[in-house]
Amino acid sequence: MKNKIILYGGTLAFGILGPMLFPAYISQFTVLWLMVVFALTWDIMGGQMGYNSLGNIFFFGIGMYVCAIVQVGMYYDVAEYTAYSGEVKVAFTPAQHFIGFAVGLLAAAVTASLLAVAFGWIVFGLRGPYFAIGTLGVAIAAGELMGAWDYVGGGGGMSLPGFPGESDGSTFYYVLMFLLAIATFLFLRWLYASRFSLAINAIRDDEEKAEGMGIQTNRYKTVAWSISAFFLGISGGIFGNMTGFIEPLEVAFPTVTFGIFMVLMALLGGKGTLWGPILGAVLFHVIKELTWTYLLGWQWVALGALIVINVVFFQQGIVGWMQERWPEKFGIEVDEPIDADNVRQREAAK
Amino acid sequence: MTNLIEVSSVSKAYGGVIANHDVSMVVPEGGITALIGPNGSGKTTLFNSIVGYHPIDSGSIKFQGQEISNLRVQQIARLGLLRTFQQTRIYGKMNCVQNMLISVPQRNASFADMFRKFPPEVTERAEHLLEFVGLYSKRKLLSGNLSFGQQKLLEFAMALMNEPKVLLLDEPTAGINPTLINGLIDRLKLANTEFGITLFVIEHNMRVVMNLADNIYCLAHGEMLAHGKPEDVQNDQRVIDAYLGAH
Repeated sequence: MKNKIILYGGTLAFGILGPMLFPAYISQFTVLWLMVVFALTWDIMGGQMGYNSLGNIFFFGIGMYVCAIVQVGMYYDVAEYTAYSGEVKVAFTPAQHFIGFAVGLLAAAVTASLLAVAFGWIVFGLRGPYFAIGTLGVAIAAGELMGAWDYVGGGGGMSLPGFPGESDGSTFYYVLMFLLAIATFLFLRWLYASRFSLAINAIRDDEEKAEGMGIQTNRYKTVAWSISAFFLGISGGIFGNMTGFIEPLEVAFPTVTFGIFMVLMALLGGKGTLWGPILGAVLFHVIKELTWTYLLGWQWVALGALIVINVVFFQQGIVGWMQERWPEKFGIEVDEPIDADNVRQREAAK
Repeated sequence: MTNLIEVSSVSKAYGGVIANHDVSMVVPEGGITALIGPNGSGKTTLFNSIVGYHPIDSGSIKFQGQEISNLRVQQIARLGLLRTFQQTRIYGKMNCVQNMLISVPQRNASFADMFRKFPPEVTERAEHLLEFVGLYSKRKLLSGNLSFGQQKLLEFAMALMNEPKVLLLDEPTAGINPTLINGLIDRLKLANTEFGITLFVIEHNMRVVMNLADNIYCLAHGEMLAHGKPEDVQNDQRVIDAYLGAH
């Protein structure tokens, strides 16, 4: 209980005080919470359910585009707006801006979830590595398709309406991303306490057995994926507005950066645990930023070395390793307890 | 006595290998029916056909009068026709109680049920059944760390948790310590009498079969060779020949 207060209080204090003490790094803090959302949502499928998706970034990009289209489309003609690649400056009143943004985020979340249902119907027939490659294909194809779609500016991208007033909105986006990370965490904590978690764990451990026991595996898989997509869609909408300019390959569907980072962060922290992905995301982001600052030119090498160490020496991740080391602290029993129950059992056996 | 499962002229081939040819049999309600036969005679294939694991080439399989040969595994399981595996299958990274909880019947599971917690009486039932198979003291251990025999017992308890109408057991005593086999036979009989579950068992161990079953079918080379009471089958010259390789 005491540990929990320290954990929750510390995280909350860090989230609130961090950007206040280091205002220059506020966008870094925003990206940090984005990473937490990435790792948490990836882990629903990859960690808890054993379906390693390499294409979750798809929902991030879709959310970004849907949010942008709704924001602009509510007041202007999108095709006209994108035709001059950002030259047409549109002036939104603050009310227009925020209403458009709110509706955009909602639309992003819903669209991403619905697409998860639709794509799940196709890719859930694939298992193991085939699923990973199949989902990767979806994400890459989406980036290419968006690049060819002139309505949203094609490969040239699309700039978003600027934040109203003097400010660049960095504090606003920070608060939003922080709240999204908290909401994702609380939702998953609730979800993992229900029978949903046992069902997706069962799918992870032996899907055929789960089917044989009558569990509606497809229903669970689809819902799990659309939950990931829901939060990823929102995060995409926020991130798109924060950067102010979106284009398909680098910002919306960056499969080889954000798309892979999701997996790495969850693996680093410990997949299949609630706190592992959070820890992994924080560590990963800090290491990444440090190497980008102090090891410039070698940053990818350093990151690659980290991945190799992670995968070769502790595949279970940090929290997974801690669970093996101190199982009793996590409420896992490895040995038969000697207590009244056992005595009763032994008596009954005689 | 009505027949729960009715298999009529089922054939199944894997490429050129005919695993089952024109097999017909019935599993009467409430009894214990056994399926025996030498290795490779098509017993597990017949099991897999019944539970919908693979489509059959021809014939019909009915469960309580309903054609099930075109249903999928989950749908058949939800009807109350459950199987255990020859290679024991449990959820290794979950503890025994969790294994039991997620094995609750899914017959009427609604969409909202996915997000509910398990009520205390379900946990109680899970622990009660674990006690029934003698795993109560190990209930909090990861099931993957149990011995093979214990995993078999857990799988059996999970099947009981699912409240099936028929339970298909694929070699329940294979790999179990001989001293534990008698205990298992007793539990299988109890499951049949106390819980009212019809059993359909594949078994190699003749002592077990003769002890347990009130109705035996013998397969050889994919065809139904003999059928009858234990003593009839035991003394059937064709069955003896099949086992000695004369067939």
